[in-house]
Amino acid sequence: MLTPMKYIDEYRNPELARKLLNEIRRKAAHHWTIMEICGGQTHSIIRNGIDQLLPDTIELVHGPGCPVCVTPLESIERALAIAAREEVIFTSFGDMLRVPGNYRDLFMIRSAGGDVRIVFSPLDALQIARDNPAKEVVFFAVGFETTAPANAMAVWQAAREGIENFSVLVSQVMVPPAMRAILSSPGNRVQGFLAAGHVCAVMGYEEYEPVAREFQVPIVPTGFEPVELLAGILKTVELLEEGKAEVVNCYGRVVSRAGNPVAQETIHNVFEVTDRQWRGIGLIPGSGLGLRESYARFDAEKRFNVTNIFAEESPFCMSGSVLQGKLKPDGCPAFAKECTPQHPLGATMVSSEGACAAYYKYHLDTP
Amino acid sequence: MTIVPICPAPVMQHETVQMAHGAGGRLSQTLMQRVFMPHLHNAFLDLLDDQAKLDLPPGRTAFSTDTYVVSPVFFPGGNIGELAVNGTVNDLAVGGAKPLYLSAGFVLEEGFSLAELEDIVKSMAEAARRAGVMIVTGDTKVVGKGQCDRIFINTSGIGIIREGVNLSCRNLKVSDSIILSGTVGDHGMAIMTSREGLSFQSRITSDCAALNGMISTILDEVPFAIHAMRDPTRGGVAATLNELASSSSVGIEIHETTIPVKPDVRGACELLGIDPLHVANEGKLVVAVAAGDAERVLEVMRALDLGRDAVIIGSVVDDHPGMVVMRTVYGSRRIIDLPLGEQLPRIC
Repeated sequence: MLTPMKYIDEYRNPELARKLLNEIRRKAAHHWTIMEICGGQTHSIIRNGIDQLLPDTIELVHGPGCPVCVTPLESIERALAIAAREEVIFTSFGDMLRVPGNYRDLFMIRSAGGDVRIVFSPLDALQIARDNPAKEVVFFAVGFETTAPANAMAVWQAAREGIENFSVLVSQVMVPPAMRAILSSPGNRVQGFLAAGHVCAVMGYEEYEPVAREFQVPIVPTGFEPVELLAGILKTVELLEEGKAEVVNCYGRVVSRAGNPVAQETIHNVFEVTDRQWRGIGLIPGSGLGLRESYARFDAEKRFNVTNIFAEESPFCMSGSVLQGKLKPDGCPAFAKECTPQHPLGATMVSSEGACAAYYKYHLDTP
Repeated sequence: MTIVPICPAPVMQHETVQMAHGAGGRLSQTLMQRVFMPHLHNAFLDLLDDQAKLDLPPGRTAFSTDTYVVSPVFFPGGNIGELAVNGTVNDLAVGGAKPLYLSAGFVLEEGFSLAELEDIVKSMAEAARRAGVMIVTGDTKVVGKGQCDRIFINTSGIGIIREGVNLSCRNLKVSDSIILSGTVGDHGMAIMTSREGLSFQSRITSDCAALNGMISTILDEVPFAIHAMRDPTRGGVAATLNELASSSSVGIEIHETTIPVKPDVRGACELLGIDPLHVANEGKLVVAVAAGDAERVLEVMRALDLGRDAVIIGSVVDDHPGMVVMRTVYGSRRIIDLPLGEQLPRIC
């Protein structure tokens, strides 16, 4: 009954999916553990049941590429403190509103009278700032290299137009340092990566070539639709079976080797590389982006003096191991017991892209 | 020069709702006479009593109430007034009742446009006429600016349940077929895409409609085969199926390929990262029917305008009681869960 939809249905074609699955079965002579980096990919894999269809020899583990999941508790607590202020209109992508801090989330701030608004783009937040000159408008700039260009653009425009009642609470992270951290960690099981298609659309895949060489792993930029995911898995299996540690692009309709130079330039104009805490994982050196000195006046942490707010994780939450592919969500003792989407212990159970939420939502054997 | 003190007569002609419109005095009367009565008047309302005195036909009475707070008040394909009439009509009809009488309670925000109020009342009158019900009693309150969002409407309704018909969400039997009357998600996406803050436009219109005509035809043609009916409003088809599965302690399995979704709705859902099964409908019907009678019911529904796109989307199974499971186009299975509160657009 579905009306055909261009650029979507050809990538959801069941016939093509079956063919790719047969190819994967034929090619996979050994057991391989492959990590999909992006939470969007995890979500699509679990939603479409791709993990159920793969042969037992191919194990998918879910990576750290869910911005909501890896945003540190500290940043959440700082966001809550800023959002509760009377003069502030706090703007955010919708996913962040339900992420719990120590004991409350942004929805609770809103119901207590805080002005918390969902926006679809940081440029919408900037418009709110133009429309409300008497208010302080803060945007929660989270995400990977995918959200960085638009977030940088908002700050750049604010500076150009002299919109001084706008600021950003930055928690930007980057993929390659996280991949290195996972590959260097003692318990690592990952043998190949599906790189995050949209991150590569911005950054290209050149920067993954040294990672592939250094750690001897194949890396395959991959899309999000079932046929694209299966094509990415097939390519990774082929490279693994042939012993080739190469980067091969399987998302050609969106990704080029050099990426989007304009977007990259925008990022580098506004942001600089910095160390960053990852929720559940810890500090990864050089893994984040922070505002350059010339844009420091747009830094909400400084403007509202919240740099002294720190927070502690629930000792029961094992999302760090989940985010590094060391533990499957349903392997966590709290999964679907103490920890559910209604009462999440960690962000991986909150976000629509979190691996724990995807398992809880779609997996039949959830208790 | 002598100054003659002038005591001006109070202004009686307003373009917007005033606090005095709800105070029970002259302005309240003006509101009744100018805005409500010309459109809604009938033998019961015309008496202007505090209550309607009704003679009900024999049979069990169904009674239902719902409050409407939709924003925006006017949306593509309808408005809050039409929604308030159809919504309560549908809540009665899915219980096998013939809806007869409605009440309407209005909460108006000070400053709300009287012209818009009249448009809303007019479409309530039209919706009631189409559904064959009468609005027989009502009430209006005005609250200060900012104390409600323009206009809220409560409607309650009563209807008489058809002899011998017993529809309940507890009645599902293993092997029943699940029929859906048409495309999913139209209303919710019409509302979402007409709200501010989205920088794309769509031509999606709400499916807001009264279902009692279609339900009555189904019950005329196939009176005893229907086990349950529901109109999948808030929470969408997913929420309705979950309620049916859990109330009857059975499993429901549906097939991804059968779910009808309009291309525009699908496109908007793809962009926003929302599952159309979680999106509200206001003129759709989910029917659980004994498998042997399903084709006959489908035939009856498809002959009607509102049921043109009716399809069997799945069946009741004895596996996974209380749970709704979808068979994907790839042959894998996934849970169709209740949406968790507010629909949040994805961020990348």
